[in-house]
Amino acid sequence: MTALIALVRKDLILYINDKRALMLHLLMPVILAAFFGSLFGGGSEAKTSKIEVGLVQLDQSDSGKKIAAGLKADSALKIVELSADDAKARVRAGKLPVAVVIPDGFGEQAADALFGGPNKPQLPVYYDPSQSTVLAMVKGLLTQQVMQVTSAAVISPKGTRTTEKQLAALRASTDNNPDNAQLSDFLTSLKKFQDQRAAAEAGKEAAAKASGKPAPAAEPVGMTMPYTTQDQALSSGPKYNGYAHSFAGMGVQFILFMGIDMGVGILLARRTGVWNRLLAAPVSLITVLGGRAISGTLIAMGLMCAMFACAALIFKVQIGSVAGFLGIAASFSLMTAAFGLLIAAFGKTPEAARGIATFATLIMVMLGGAWVPSFVFPEWVQQLTLVVPTRWAIDGFDAVTWRGLGLEGALVPIAVQLGFAVVFGGIAAWRFLRDQK
Amino acid sequence: MASVLLSVNQVSKSYGARKAVDGVSFQVQQGQTVGLIGPNGAGKSTTVGMICGLLRSDSGGIVMDGEAIGQGPSEAKRKIGFVPQDLALYEDLSSLENLKLFGALYGLKGALLKQRCEQALALVNLADRAHDKPSTYSGGMKRRLNIAAALLHDPQLLILDEPTVGVDPQSRNAIFDTLEALKAQGRSLIYTSHYMEEVERLADHIVIIDHGKVLADETPAALYRRLPAQAALHAELSAAPSAALLSGVRALPGVTGAQGEGNALDIGLADASHAPATLAWLAADCATAGVTLLHFATAKTSLENIFLNLTGRSLRD
Repeated sequence: MTALIALVRKDLILYINDKRALMLHLLMPVILAAFFGSLFGGGSEAKTSKIEVGLVQLDQSDSGKKIAAGLKADSALKIVELSADDAKARVRAGKLPVAVVIPDGFGEQAADALFGGPNKPQLPVYYDPSQSTVLAMVKGLLTQQVMQVTSAAVISPKGTRTTEKQLAALRASTDNNPDNAQLSDFLTSLKKFQDQRAAAEAGKEAAAKASGKPAPAAEPVGMTMPYTTQDQALSSGPKYNGYAHSFAGMGVQFILFMGIDMGVGILLARRTGVWNRLLAAPVSLITVLGGRAISGTLIAMGLMCAMFACAALIFKVQIGSVAGFLGIAASFSLMTAAFGLLIAAFGKTPEAARGIATFATLIMVMLGGAWVPSFVFPEWVQQLTLVVPTRWAIDGFDAVTWRGLGLEGALVPIAVQLGFAVVFGGIAAWRFLRDQK
Repeated sequence: MASVLLSVNQVSKSYGARKAVDGVSFQVQQGQTVGLIGPNGAGKSTTVGMICGLLRSDSGGIVMDGEAIGQGPSEAKRKIGFVPQDLALYEDLSSLENLKLFGALYGLKGALLKQRCEQALALVNLADRAHDKPSTYSGGMKRRLNIAAALLHDPQLLILDEPTVGVDPQSRNAIFDTLEALKAQGRSLIYTSHYMEEVERLADHIVIIDHGKVLADETPAALYRRLPAQAALHAELSAAPSAALLSGVRALPGVTGAQGEGNALDIGLADASHAPATLAWLAADCATAGVTLLHFATAKTSLENIFLNLTGRSLRD
């Protein structure tokens, strides 16, 4: 036991004295996690970011102004009024994802075209080709605003002139479209509705004038959204925090780099003769390897706890289950140490081992969802990446932080990581023992 | 008669088809210093690796103080101190931390460990640099610390695998002072080297190994007795030595042989006492023949000559 404690103590002293390693394994992931966390939604108090949309407002009619006002009032959009040339230039330069032009007379032409007709007005939309998802969203919101304003303009009493124009056009039509008769009936009914509403409003106005009170506002008519959404972010515990995932991802990545350093350290010890001196002592190979695994686990655990302490203190990341978090961190740390032993067992030279292990680690963290959450992967990739230990580590950290699933949500990731640790450690020990012969 | 401390019995080790060690046997007595010499690749380090339990022999056995040595934590390993050829130290730990680690591997702890560390540092004259890191040491100081790390558990046998590689002459002398002090304490040593003069300075017994086999296992005196010449006389002449001169020299009493190469003349002597008479005869004969004796030197035959005599090639080939 004295020898094992001495071996572990030695590794811990060497690691703490290595400022470069501390910088790489602790400071770098915190900086990168802060950056990626801000990209993925930031803290729980952060509001959803608005889409910036350019608006070229050339229609000064009542309808045109209402469409513009509706877009500006939408909580998902940030409207910037621009000239047509500015809008094009900014979209082309990538400074705006989308710009919408409301041409002169658009409101009136849209109202005229509501019930069909050959002259539908065009609404130019400029967009950055790299932002096609934003384009679809903006077009949806634009449709909502245009339909509301146009239908209101047509159906309200003030729209009677448009209705008369449509009826006159139908009467003058020479084609034998059987739908014309039905449309004519509908418009005649609409005209009647508009006239009744106009008479009622005129009556209210006269009564108000007689009593000396202001006339009440006319009730809005026209099509509206037949529903509103009630948005609720659902997780079992704390609110979503983009930093929680990014700290898990960057923590996993850089602690695996520490595992590589650990493996390369063993290879360097074998090259320099320190390894022989250790094994010349009355200790078993398993004790020497065990000492390295324990120290590697303790270092990895310390790093992960330090990173999440930063995340909690600075970025308000909440840990739903401390026991679950410690379980995930401990099993991941053990897996990292076993990964380091595996590198040392199969590495030919420190230089070659570092290159191959770094490549393998980057693939593992990419597939594990450290850079981009795994739920954005295609379904088949999500299934495939279940064989990658980092996937379980990151999903486990997500479960015990922003998903707030508690210890029960961490048990499977803990078990899977311990399984990987046993497999990696077992293969490494077998290889070391075989080489010793 | 001293008792046998280490017995190496017919050990062999192969790497694939190459036989690195082939039936090597020798013994180390209590208090004895054994020089294990041979050229690079002769099988010295493999033999040492098996003695230290780092390698498993394919056949044969090694017994240390009555106990067989194998891989793993055997008690026999506690009686051996190993100084590897490479600097087996952690450069980023202080000297004291290094020694504490290596002492703890042998079960030392607490006050005893501290005391042993201080003693070892004092022995190698590094007590005043105990808290410095080896990365700040000179090459010679690192070598001395490398030796100190093997002494903490007070081993009965100290094995040094080429401990002076890359060391300047001054540091080499400091290392030898340390080793002679250890020898004076009655500690047994195995010293591997391909520098004959180093082994000659320390060893009571010499094992010469080449191509994995023991060629000689004797005291230095016995090895010298194998050679026809115990001393040599080397002369530089103004002209190449004539056949008459060579045959005249060979006929002198105590001369075991004579050989000319260019203007140089090498004469083998049964012992150094024959040098003055041989030199006097040579000077007179050269004067008669009109040849000038430009330079001469006498030398004791070295282990280098012994290796050459045994293998037909130089130790450093």
